[in-house]
Amino acid sequence: MPRSAALEAELAMQACGRRPEHLLQMLIRLQEVFGHLPPEALTRLAAVLGLPRARIEGVAGFYSFLHTRPVGRYRLLFPDNIIDRMLGVPRLMDRICRNLWIEPGLLSEDGLVSADTTSCIGMGDQGPSMLVNGRSLTALDDARADALCERIRAGEPLSAWPAEWFAVADNIRRRDMLLSAPPVPGEALAAAQARGRAAWLDEMHASGLRGRGGAGFATARKWQACRDAAGERRVVVCNADEGEPGTFKDRVLLTRMADAVFEGMTLAAWAVGADQGFLYLRGEYRYLRAPLQAVLEARRSAGLLGHHIRGVDGFDFDIEIHLGAGAYVCGEESALLESLEGRRGTPRIRPPFPVTHGYLGRPTVVNNVETLAACCLVAIHGGAWFAGHGSAASSGSKLLSVSGDVARPGVYEYPFGVRVREVLDDAGAVDTLAVQLGGAAGIMLAEHEFDRRIGFEDLPTAGALMVFDGRRDPFEVAANFVRFFAHESCGFCTPCRVGTQLLAGYMDKLAAGNGSFRDLADIEWLDRLLKNASHCGLGSSAPNPVIDGLRNFRPAFERRLKNADFQPAFDLDKALERARQMTGRDDAEAHLDNSPERP
Amino acid sequence: MMETAHFLLDGVAVPFAEGQTILEAARAAGRYIPHLCWHPDFPPHGSCKLCIVAVGGRHLSACATPAVDGAVVASDVPEINAERRALLQMLFVEGNHFCPSCEKSGLCQLQALASELGMTTPRFNHFYPDRPVDASHPDVLLDFNRCIYCELCVRASRDQDGKSVFALTNRGIHKHLVVNAESGRLGDTDFAADDVAAGICPVGVILRKRVGFAVPIGSRTYDTRPISAVSMDREEP
Repeated sequence: MPRSAALEAELAMQACGRRPEHLLQMLIRLQEVFGHLPPEALTRLAAVLGLPRARIEGVAGFYSFLHTRPVGRYRLLFPDNIIDRMLGVPRLMDRICRNLWIEPGLLSEDGLVSADTTSCIGMGDQGPSMLVNGRSLTALDDARADALCERIRAGEPLSAWPAEWFAVADNIRRRDMLLSAPPVPGEALAAAQARGRAAWLDEMHASGLRGRGGAGFATARKWQACRDAAGERRVVVCNADEGEPGTFKDRVLLTRMADAVFEGMTLAAWAVGADQGFLYLRGEYRYLRAPLQAVLEARRSAGLLGHHIRGVDGFDFDIEIHLGAGAYVCGEESALLESLEGRRGTPRIRPPFPVTHGYLGRPTVVNNVETLAACCLVAIHGGAWFAGHGSAASSGSKLLSVSGDVARPGVYEYPFGVRVREVLDDAGAVDTLAVQLGGAAGIMLAEHEFDRRIGFEDLPTAGALMVFDGRRDPFEVAANFVRFFAHESCGFCTPCRVGTQLLAGYMDKLAAGNGSFRDLADIEWLDRLLKNASHCGLGSSAPNPVIDGLRNFRPAFERRLKNADFQPAFDLDKALERARQMTGRDDAEAHLDNSPERP
Repeated sequence: MMETAHFLLDGVAVPFAEGQTILEAARAAGRYIPHLCWHPDFPPHGSCKLCIVAVGGRHLSACATPAVDGAVVASDVPEINAERRALLQMLFVEGNHFCPSCEKSGLCQLQALASELGMTTPRFNHFYPDRPVDASHPDVLLDFNRCIYCELCVRASRDQDGKSVFALTNRGIHKHLVVNAESGRLGDTDFAADDVAAGICPVGVILRKRVGFAVPIGSRTYDTRPISAVSMDREEP
């Protein structure tokens, strides 16, 4: 393999067009060929692209799904979100690892298989799931787990595995304005073009549509700022890096309404005068790439993409799909742009904002999948019609990804303003203790808050709604999210890089029953520092689960404390165990008694 | 009312020119704001967060925040200095910093700033990361144990030396420096002891060989003057 590595690197580049901004895509492709990224391939890539090798190594090391060391021919990744844990994924992981005689995190000696955990893979409504060589396997049970071990031992390629193992159900449980009437391809574009560019943007202003990614910035204002920014070659980016734990509604939109998403991008391009578009697809959803490419191809054939769209002179716009490779932070729009440019996904200093300095410094609009799909409704029915739905400051509808302790997990679309309790009732939630709204970065609600309403006036959310009933421990939920942020921190700024790690350490200490009141005070101090000093939203959101946990479920934390002002994280006596073993001693003098009672 | 635009830094008016950041304007006015990753020869980086200041209730990086007329900025106040101390403590515990035996003691900005801000304990548990040193280069030693990820060497080597000898790889707490060679060894790069990057490390990662203790500890730059004074003359120790 190493002999041909250089050559294959060359080939991968031919296919990608040899531009530095394609570096990440090239690395992904190289890894498809080799299983991992051998050192000599990175060296060859550097030479051909004219980039420093160290920069390429920097990018290759940033993304969880890129491997600079050999991995198994079968790479098993088990999602570790709290919902996955509740669904029994850790037990299945243990079963599969025992069956295959492997240890998580290590490569089997024969190089056949490696297993590890990963962040939420967007399958929280699919029963226990996992990734095998980047493909999602759903509805895992013991029988399926044992059967897949057999196939791995037999070296059977994934293409020969039963198709139903990879089936991803859409689980649409409630439809409203968006899901109930997918537009005919071209319908929205025709309506917007009939209005003319300026009037179409006016219509967007009238709609009151706000971004569905969580921050809720007015979409029309973003578009206008981009349109009015100085610069050439504007860009429209669809953020399909749906990485927030517990969310999967974009997966369903991209599966069922890809045309509407691409048409929304084209509508944005029409408004701002962009000629280049990107859909940044999270690596976990790479199985959607081929069907999405097919939709793009069909749209080109129908004159809905490419030159002179729908016969309009000067309206040229096309869309490329870029894959992510396992980095939650790339959902942050400036980190996403860095990643699109083939760099490490480190959030930029803002200002300047992407609308003026985005992709390659050009004016760029970055919108969420759901926002773009909703634009089609504005184009077809008009801004006033759209603004008539939902609530005063939150027009339209919201897709919610509902998972956890509910009878019917899946995607629910409601007009904005719906109460949390109504969603819980519809999903068949019983004895609900807590609701985590907006993913790990969101907020944890207790029962007395279930009558609050979803919308920018009260509970803004990107749409993940994870439900926990009376059997669950809010501390475990918070600890899971804290570990998630520690794993996903890009490491750029000090507070997030170290602070998320410290927080995880405190949660581990509490989990082990070694906590003290002083630890809770330290946790609250770290929470404030992360909120105040972090470079981007990841760091400032990281303490949310703990802040809410302490606010609403403090007893769940406090019952893990030893009743002491200070409790060391380590056991002095235990630390001497190795010395005792080496000296063959176990007498009283070889022990330390660090209990406070002893004088 | 003053004619030029100005903001209030800890109650004192600081004039600024359009486009200047809070840190630049403060510095030009002879006012020190702590920093580690900022350097006058480079654009703001904003990673260390030591230059954090409070502006209207929000805590922002002074190096990356444009000065605004009439803004009220708090820097040398207990709340902000407490956050800075915590950030310093974080930098100390995530690496391996043994000041008493370090070749850069007295010439190290991290140590000097900890002294300036009254950081007396590491407070948090040490991470004790395993970071091998690289002694492969004939004239320069790399001791990664002390890296604070300011990327000044990355930037200096790329933007001033035109070599791109350094880069960061991995992410989160596993982020670390790499050099531009397949072997991963500095000796296999075109790095030279007279590169700008060789002299820019604010801590003790990049060390010239054979000069470690030429000046004894105790009579070095920050042993005799605080960093708040030294920093206003020039950046390198």
